[in-house]
Amino acid sequence: MEPTLGLLGSGGGGGGLSKMDMSPEVSSYPEESELELGLGLSLGCGGVKAKGFPWGECGRILTAKDFRSGFPGKSSAAAVGGVSGTKRGADCVGPPEVGSASSGVSSSQVVGWPPIRTYRMNSLVNQAKAAKTEEDNKGVDGNEKGKDISKKKVNHGSNKNDAGDREKGHSGFVKVNMDGLPIGRKVDLNAYSCYETLAETLEDMFFKSTTTICSIRGDKEQQTQPLKLLDGSSEFVLTYEDKEGDWMLVGDVPWGMFLSTVKRLRIMRTSEANGLAPGFQENNERKKGKPI
Amino acid sequence: MMMNYFPDEVLEHVFNFLTSHKDRNAVSMVCKSWYRVERFSREKVFIGNCYAIDPERLISRFPRVRSLTLKGKPHFADFNLVPPDWGGFVYPWIEAMVKLGVHLEELRLKRMVVSDESLELLSRSFVSFKSLVLVSCEGFTTDGLAAIASNCRFLRELDLQENEIEDRRGHWLSCFPDSCTSLISLNFACLKGEVNLATLERLVARCHNLRSLRLNHVVPLDTLQKILGKAPQLVDLGAGAFVHDPDSETLNKLKNAIQKCTSIRSLSGFLEVAPCCLPAIYPMCLNLTSLNLSYAPGIHNNELIKLIRHCRKLQRLWILDVIGDKGLGVVASTCKELQELRVFPSDLYGVGNAAVTEEGLVAISAGCPKLNSVLYFCQQVTNAALITVAKNCPNFIRFRLCTLNPTIADPVTMQPLDEGFGAIVQSCKGLKRLSLSGLLTDQVFLYIGMYAEQLEMLSVAFAGGTDMGMLYVLNGCRKLKKLEIMDSPFGDVALLADIGKYETMRSLWMSSCEVTLGACKTIAKKMPRLNVEIIDEGDQMETSPDDRHRVEKMYLYRSLVGHRRDAPDFVRTL
Repeated sequence: MEPTLGLLGSGGGGGGLSKMDMSPEVSSYPEESELELGLGLSLGCGGVKAKGFPWGECGRILTAKDFRSGFPGKSSAAAVGGVSGTKRGADCVGPPEVGSASSGVSSSQVVGWPPIRTYRMNSLVNQAKAAKTEEDNKGVDGNEKGKDISKKKVNHGSNKNDAGDREKGHSGFVKVNMDGLPIGRKVDLNAYSCYETLAETLEDMFFKSTTTICSIRGDKEQQTQPLKLLDGSSEFVLTYEDKEGDWMLVGDVPWGMFLSTVKRLRIMRTSEANGLAPGFQENNERKKGKPI
Repeated sequence: MMMNYFPDEVLEHVFNFLTSHKDRNAVSMVCKSWYRVERFSREKVFIGNCYAIDPERLISRFPRVRSLTLKGKPHFADFNLVPPDWGGFVYPWIEAMVKLGVHLEELRLKRMVVSDESLELLSRSFVSFKSLVLVSCEGFTTDGLAAIASNCRFLRELDLQENEIEDRRGHWLSCFPDSCTSLISLNFACLKGEVNLATLERLVARCHNLRSLRLNHVVPLDTLQKILGKAPQLVDLGAGAFVHDPDSETLNKLKNAIQKCTSIRSLSGFLEVAPCCLPAIYPMCLNLTSLNLSYAPGIHNNELIKLIRHCRKLQRLWILDVIGDKGLGVVASTCKELQELRVFPSDLYGVGNAAVTEEGLVAISAGCPKLNSVLYFCQQVTNAALITVAKNCPNFIRFRLCTLNPTIADPVTMQPLDEGFGAIVQSCKGLKRLSLSGLLTDQVFLYIGMYAEQLEMLSVAFAGGTDMGMLYVLNGCRKLKKLEIMDSPFGDVALLADIGKYETMRSLWMSSCEVTLGACKTIAKKMPRLNVEIIDEGDQMETSPDDRHRVEKMYLYRSLVGHRRDAPDFVRTL
């Protein structure tokens, strides 16, 4: 049985939901579940119960010696990526911890776990970000505000009363729709630190899964090359609706600004995207016009 | 029968003493005349699943309904397992109530989709509308709130808990007319945007009956100080930003205002905190019965502990795991009246040093004899700890333990946690709600089936080994109402063993399990009063899938009104 691969190959990059990488000796999927495996971001585990498997960090290949603590015995392949549960990736945070089970492994890549209300998750993340921004601002002058999602505990030591000034930003999850697909998804923007990782994840979510379904079923066509959503080179382009209701191309404004203004995302056909505000300056001018 | 000699008014008067829905439901089953009297006198109705019945039928049975509680999405929607646009729309309910002339006064919604249109319709249609409570809802903006504020002339309660509200930066708060003095409870802590502070102060000043006020993060400390000065009668306070220069006039004024607020029993918020300001609230702590600091990551361990030492009368405590085991030890020795404890994780993304372990929980169980409800997030737990907790606390009604690694074994013995949770269900004979985590085999379900006789809700994730696990539960837990299972190896054998059971339950959720489409179809075919919904996020529905295919997400629930008509494309009702 093939080991399942983490979707975003390199460690530390991308906001992907990790799959469990397993050495063949412990994976034992029944044949028919291969279909589901291909579809998305499964936790990919075999039928072994007695041994445990720790959660893998995104992109890290686990070996037998990592298998120490508890883990489910079955594959929990989520169809098409379990996308309604979004990827709560830790991956933009920094290098993944190399750890054994006992050091405590991140559970954040698992859809639906830990069972914390989305609202609370967003709230904590926003507070952490805000606090880090505070610290960054208090620190070296001229430093750009930290883009990274900090995993440190919030350390709010400020005496300033500028609560009103700070833009708390959007709650993490935004809807993503793609032209031609009836089903929308949701992604947690807080899981990404830059456009590239977001785009990569969306490409995986919307394109790779389709490709894999089709290839398993033996259908022809469907694109197999990776689609670049940001550079206009493919049939689709990534756009977002901002607070004013305007649809903009993703990628032009600084990431932090994007986070604070994005309401939802849409993967639009490039042919329809002509005439979208390409840049920040032009957007300002367009503000007076009606939203799309 | 004796009671036939009593006129209806007397029956009605007697029934009015029955406050619980269960009792009123029971009473209505006694005989036809009791049924009749009960239904015409019922004013409060609770609907645990909005798709179990439709508004028309509800109103025809209870025409005098004044207070409606509705729950929409399945519980696991909280954890992102249900795609957006799944359903749970309140609009049809409001529309029906308007059409049928209901005199609605109170609406309480949980996990429902509430549009601005719904709120506007609500606000314009029910002249005596008094109370709106929205928990974990979405779909509306501050424009909807503006409509409520503007049009509900006798509004007493606007309570927004953990909703996703789009903030249009309007002036919804200013929409409360100057004539509005009726507010008793106002909670807008979950709002992200600005509010006009002067308007807020004036509103508070003229609502002399205001008992509960929860502010959002933009309300600064000096506004809080002014508000407290104007509302010393407050019983429940949610602070927004609690940040100021420590040696300031404002802080002194705050301290004075707090001295006069002798009625405050419940405290929450502190969405932003400067720790040096915290001592200002110590005088409030002495009488506090409820404290929620779970949204206050700015309070560090040592400050938390200092604060807690003052809270001798605490009955409910919601806190972040920054408190640590030592801090929980302090809670155990200080809060002897504690009934409910929730410890939330503060570090969601990192591998992090777990701030609390099983030791903290054990300490609480030993020190707090009245403990009956626990939600505890920790890195790991041992069987020994759970057994001790079970022995110390036989009175648990709710026990939810979440190991951050969902399948972690007992770190000392490397055994599954079956024995630990088994001890809990065996000892806590009144247990109504249980959430499991950690490495678990079928054995734990055997225990649950055997001992958890009062269990009404069970949440399972990554647990069990075979269908027997689920069977133990279905066969044993007679009072089970809600069962939700994710990522566990239960399949068709378990699902189909006793499908009649599901009509005795409110709902069953199974995701990432081993049930097949064929089995789900079987249930749907045999049980017309069950809705079996498959959530399919791929495009498998375009080609007709094989009955042998695994179903990724299934949600089945009893319903008197058949398939719902508002299901989106990705939900297929079999």
